[in-house]
Parts: sequence; structure tokens; C-alpha cells
Amino acid sequence: MRGITKRYPGVVANDHIDLDLRRGEIHALLGENGAGKTTLMNILYGLAVPDEGEILIDGNPVHITGPSDAIARGIEMVHQHFMLIPVLTVAENVVLGEETMANRIFLDQREASRRIRDLAKRFGFELDPDAKVESLSVGQQQRVEILKTLYRDAQILVLDEPTAVLTPAETEEIFALLRNLAKDGRSIIFISHKLNEVLELADRITVIRRGKVVGERRPAGTNEKELAEMMVGRSVQLTVDRGVSHPKEVMLKVEGLHVKDDRGAEVVRGVDFEIRRGEILGIAGVAGNGQDELVDSLNGLRRVAAGRVWLNGKDVTGASPRTVNEAAVGYVPADRHRFGLILGFPLTDNLVLTTYCQRPFARGILRDNRAILEASRQRIREYDIRTPSPEVPAQTLSGGNQQKVVVAREFDGNKTLLVLDQPTRGLDVGSIEFIHKRIIEKRDAGTAVLLVSAELDEVLELSDRIAVMFRGKLVAFVDGRTADRNQVGLLMATGTTEVEAPDAHGASA
Amino acid sequence: MGWIRYLWQLVAVPLASFVLALLVGAIVIILSSTVILKNPFDPTLPLTAYVALAQGAVGDFNSVVTTLVLTAPLIFAGLGVGIGFRAGLFNIGGQGQFLMGAVGSVWVAAYMQNSPAAIAVPAALLGGALVGAAWGFIPGILKATSGAHEVVTTIMMNYIALASLAWIVKGPLKVAGSNPPTTVDVGPASLPILFGRNGHLGILLAFLAVPIAWYLLFRTTRGFEIRATGSNPEAARYAGVNPRLLIVLTMTLAGMLAGLAGAITILGVSHRMNTTFQTKVGFDAITVALLGRSNPIGILFAALLFGALRAGAAPMQINAGIPVELVDFLEALILLFLIANVVLRRLLRLRGVTGVAQADFQTITRSYGREGVT
Repeated sequence: MRGITKRYPGVVANDHIDLDLRRGEIHALLGENGAGKTTLMNILYGLAVPDEGEILIDGNPVHITGPSDAIARGIEMVHQHFMLIPVLTVAENVVLGEETMANRIFLDQREASRRIRDLAKRFGFELDPDAKVESLSVGQQQRVEILKTLYRDAQILVLDEPTAVLTPAETEEIFALLRNLAKDGRSIIFISHKLNEVLELADRITVIRRGKVVGERRPAGTNEKELAEMMVGRSVQLTVDRGVSHPKEVMLKVEGLHVKDDRGAEVVRGVDFEIRRGEILGIAGVAGNGQDELVDSLNGLRRVAAGRVWLNGKDVTGASPRTVNEAAVGYVPADRHRFGLILGFPLTDNLVLTTYCQRPFARGILRDNRAILEASRQRIREYDIRTPSPEVPAQTLSGGNQQKVVVAREFDGNKTLLVLDQPTRGLDVGSIEFIHKRIIEKRDAGTAVLLVSAELDEVLELSDRIAVMFRGKLVAFVDGRTADRNQVGLLMATGTTEVEAPDAHGASA
Repeated sequence: MGWIRYLWQLVAVPLASFVLALLVGAIVIILSSTVILKNPFDPTLPLTAYVALAQGAVGDFNSVVTTLVLTAPLIFAGLGVGIGFRAGLFNIGGQGQFLMGAVGSVWVAAYMQNSPAAIAVPAALLGGALVGAAWGFIPGILKATSGAHEVVTTIMMNYIALASLAWIVKGPLKVAGSNPPTTVDVGPASLPILFGRNGHLGILLAFLAVPIAWYLLFRTTRGFEIRATGSNPEAARYAGVNPRLLIVLTMTLAGMLAGLAGAITILGVSHRMNTTFQTKVGFDAITVALLGRSNPIGILFAALLFGALRAGAAPMQINAGIPVELVDFLEALILLFLIANVVLRRLLRLRGVTGVAQADFQTITRSYGREGVT
């Protein structure tokens, strides 16, 4: 890609970007939220047309008119959000749109399954072509996504933050797979925020800041600190100084909590814990072990099947979202598109989404647009939300900036309790640093913090105490300062530290 | 210049839909004239028809008054449907709510034959508004408590309204000896005529309803809740909106507005009711709301357009010999082009403009069959 420039009203998303990708290379693309990585990849994938610049494949200039054109040229993209159909099998998902026909009417399922087995074997991973996708783990689903691209014989793979939803072990497996693909002569563009992963996996690293390439490094010749500074443009503290916590009285107390998921299966199965003011309780766990349901039930978004919840000594079991909100509880939901934002609405509305009916944003039944605009401007400034104006719809912002909108809103004012479900998902190091500092500040100001994160490092870094959640139960509590990464990782994966006796710790939780 | 661009983005698709409908209408006019009626080919016939239509709608003072009389109920009912769309509710019950509003008004009027107009008029309007509101409340409460989809229940309520109207006209409100059965004249509850032959008070009320509805939607917290729920129901719930309450409130309000459309029609135009009392307003209101992008100001203009088409239909038939049904045909075409706005935008190379309002489109294309609130 040569001299790629893309302008949007108010911003230059890509400013003469040069990027070259060699055969058999893993090339990491590193940059802040809104730096222009996604725009660049969208141009490569034919989803956006550059204003200037050209794309060359094997030295020949090409015009990519759309995703189907990109695929025809061997360019494939694996999105952060999987594009799989849960009720279909692996094989059916893989061949979708690329069906091999036994005759004019019927699919050749057997041939498809055979090819998938061959591919899996060739690249050294296991996958049952006839398993339903909904029965697979997140890591396996990702392999299906990669398999899809291999099935179509992709030569250039773009992976957009592939490890965001994976456990450390799954990450290792996917890395092994990617290395195999590179060895096979395929080229990989790896988009990530995680510096350690980039250093571990990539052959070359290109850093983009505010639409421009700021430098290219090889892993051997650089380190996390330098990369972070290149990304952000200033010196960055990679780990927060969490200081000493001074826990005071109990703010949140949960006893024997049971919660069901949408399908009626009990996914939170008897959870007890308490959080004191001025304390951060981190919940570590592989995604899908009941954390989201636990958090939703505390915020009134999901029914409590059994158990009790007290906030500040008051029974709030089954309270409505409004009641919880009015008790000064801030809640950063895991899925910002589903719960946290109304994408079609302007930032102003989104920045007061949970406080729209409170003073000063409303007087009686009337909204005070001036107060809303003023508060929005202030929050945009304070949280460095990159936007041309407070009036643009939330959907026009990059994911990281959208997350900042949610955080800016939920952190505002004096909170009794902050419930944070993946608060830094999709954020760059600079923003993560900023939000982590804010979390510590909130704690020191006497807020109780419940932190749920799939990022084990985040939980380890911030938590005063860590609870490990496994299959709907809190299987262990450990001290946040002395916690051992491997031990917590093992607890996350198996629910116990002793491989021989499963559930031994579960009973004592 | 920014606002011109903004305005263009809003009106481009509705405008294109209307123009295309006129073009397709022209083809049909020529075809029906030459092929079916075996007339000689006359390329100017569509123009003659449309000129007659326009003259009938706005050609002189009286036709303007007629246009306004036909516009007023469309504004009320269009606002009802539009506010429903904003909340993600597809209210097809405008028909029934209109009829029951009219029934409510005539019923109150029947008991106020000896009251002064200053009391009878507001009372009869209120009666219509309340019965219409009740007709919206029922589907609302059904959806909120059991998840019954409003598309299904409002359609059923339309039939119940028709049957109820026939029973009331033949039973409790029948004037002894009238054949066919007819109610009393609304008498003192008749809306005062403000201008022209029949430019009644209801026109003024309808025009007043536009800024009120706009203010409700865009300046109040309740309006924000309505819009938030229609745009992202789960985020609205997270924000503290009580979805059940909101569904009931919105449906009741929608019913009330359609009920007022019925009320001003019976009190301002028909004055008495027999079993043939009928309307198209409830269905026209859906097209009006879509054409107006569920924005009260847009709905005002869309209602004016449809009021004009309806007003011009009869003069067109008389002066140009084109059947009044052409107007129904045009309305259907407009609706079709609006719904197919994606295709339309591509064909006309309209870039950067949106078609139907996003919440509207979601509501009409996806709401049916969606899981109810449980």
C-alpha cells in the first residue's frame, strides 16, 4: 500500500500511509483507537475507497472494489466479532458462499468435511467439521474463522484483534497456528493493542498515530515501553501505581446469588462476596462463566433467581435499573453496542444516557439541552474523546472512543459502587492507562469497585482482592498483591489448582 | 449552506418517491385510457389529470379549505402512528382508534344536546380522545403484560371497533324510527366553523398538535425515553426506562391522537353517524408517518400532501375523467418506493441521504415476530 490517504469530514484518517507486506511475514499494525488502522484495513478489504494512493499486489497496481473483489484476490479478514452461524456445523459455516456441489442441487458435505480435515491437519490443529458452531469454545470458533479463509486459499490474512476474547492458553494456540500459516508462505497483518503479543508474534511492527506511520520496528530491536510511546506520542506508564487501599465499611454484599441466562440455564450458581468502600474486587475468569449474568443481575437488568444483594446496608435484590442507578451506582457494561450506547443518537444524549432524567439535565419533565451540551463538552475534554463535535452520532466514533463515552458517563460524580465489565475492552495503551488511573482514583475516593475482566493482567494489576469465577461459582479468593499469575490462570481454566481433584476448592468458596 | 444539505438529506427520498409515483401513475393513466377504454393515444392525458388534481386541491379558496379539512385528521392520526414508530411500535390500529374516537364523541354529544357549545365541544372532543386512548391502551397493556404483538392485536381491535360502531349506531344511539339507523346530530358539540364553507376548529387543533408533539418528542424526558426505546430497547432499559410502562403510555397516546382524528371528523364534518361511517385515515396515517419520517414537522407536510391528493381526487374525476382511485394507486406507489428506499437511493445515485427514518424502518421490517418483552 503506497501513499494511502483517506479524509473524512473533519479528520484525515489516513495520511499518506505506506505499508508493505512480504510473503510469509507476520506484520503487526499497532496504533491507538482512532489512529486509522481500521480505515486502512477497510481500504485493503475494499470497504472504503482511498482519496489518494494505490495498492499493489505482487508489484501490480490493483483497484479493490469491494470485499468480494478482495477475496477473489486472496485477501481475507477475520473480524473481532465472529461472523458465524451458531446453529450450523463447522463445515457448513466454512463452505457458506463457497459451496462445493455434488450436483446441481445438493451440497457435497462429505467433500467439504474432508477438505476441512486436511486443512486442519496440515496446519496442526484439531477441529471436528461436523460439530455445531454453538457448541464450540470461543477459541475454537476463531479457528473456524481462520479455517474459512484457508478454505478459500487466502494469501493475505488480516486479523483484527484476534486475541481480545481468548484465554492465555488459547492465545498461545492461535499464535502457533499463525506461525504455521506464515511458514506456509501466507502473509498476515495482525492488528492488536497488546504490546507483549505484538512483540512475541510479529516479524515486523508498524506503528500508526493520528493517521500517519510513525515508525517501523523489529521485535528484537524494541521493547514495550518504546512501542507504547510511539503509539501515544508521549511517555506512558504501562502499569499503574495502585498505592495502598484503605477498605472501609461494606458497600456491596451478595449472598447465595443464583442467576439464569436467556435460555433458562443457571449460570450463576450460589455466589457470595462483599466489597468494601475503597476496595477493588476483581473477578477473573474465562468469558462465559457467568460473569456477565452476575453483573447484569446486580444492575437490575436480569432477574435474581435466588439469593440476596445489599447495597450500603439496603436490600436491593431485584431492584430496577433506575433504582440501582439512583443509588449512585456506575455501570460499564461489557457490550457497549447492546447496552451502553444508542449508536444513532448524538454524543450529547449518550453522555447523559443514565442520568437524563436527573438534575441538571432535566427539570421536571423538560430536558435542559444547554446543561447537557455543557456537561458533554466537559466530559469530551476530560476523557479526550476524539470527535469533531458533541452532536455527531455515537456510531461515527471508533470503538475505543465509544468506550470512553460510556466510561466518562459512568465515572462522573460521587459513586457508591462502580461495576466495571471489561472497562478497557478495545482500548489502546494510552486510554487504558488513563482509565486505570481513574479506577484507582475512584477507589481512593471511597468507591467500592467490582471489576470483571477477561484480561487477566488487568485484574492482577488493579485488584485489591481477586475472585476467580468458574462455571458459575467463585472458586477462590486471592490477595491481589501476592496473586500468582499462573495459579490464577490455572484456576480460571480448571476451577482448581490441583489437577487431580476437581472442585476441591469450589466447595470452600 | 450546511442546513440546505441537511434538509436535502431529509427530503430527497420522500420527494423522489412522490415524483416517481407520479411518473408511474402517468404510465398507468395512458395505458388504462388506450388499452382498456380504447381511446386514441393522448400523451398529455396524465398532465391533464395532474393539473385537474392540483386545481381540485389548491385551485381556489374553497378547494384549499377542503384540503385542510381532509388534512387535519391525517395530522392527528399520522402523529399517533409516528410516535409509535419512534418507540419501536407498529400501530396499525389507527382505523379502529379513529372510529372509536368518533363513536366516543357522538356518544358524549348525544347527552349534551341542551348544553352550550362552550361545554359541549370540549366535552365531545375529550370523549373522543378518551375512547381512542382506550383503544390504544388495550393493545399496549396486552403487549406489556403478555408480549402479544401490537401488529396482531391492533388489527383485531380494528374489527372490534367496526362491529362496536355498528352495534352502537343500531342500538344505544339510534334515533327512534331512523332508517337506515342513524345517531342524532351532534348539535351544540359541532365544531365552530372558523373560515370558508367548513374550515372547522379541528384544523386549528391539528396544526397546534404538531409543535406539541415535537416538543414532547425532542424536549421532554418522556420523549427521550420513547426515542431511546425505539432506537435501542436494551440500552433504554439499561438507562432506567421501564419498557412496559413506556409501551402502554405510547400506545395510549397514539390511540388518543387517532381518536381525536375521528372526533374532529364526526364533530366538524359528518355531524351524525350511520353504519356506513368509514375511513381510510388509519391506514393513510401509516404512509403519512413514513413519508414524514416520524417527525411531527415532516408529518405535517406529508399530511398536507395526502389531504391535497384526497381533496383533488373528485374534481379530477369530474374534470379529467380519471377515476378517483388513481389517488389510492399513487399512495400505494409512494409507500412502495419509500419502503424500497435502498433500491431507490441506488438508482438515483442519492449519496449520503437516508431513506425512511431508521427507527421506522426497523419497526416495520423487523418488529413483527420479534420477541416481546417478558
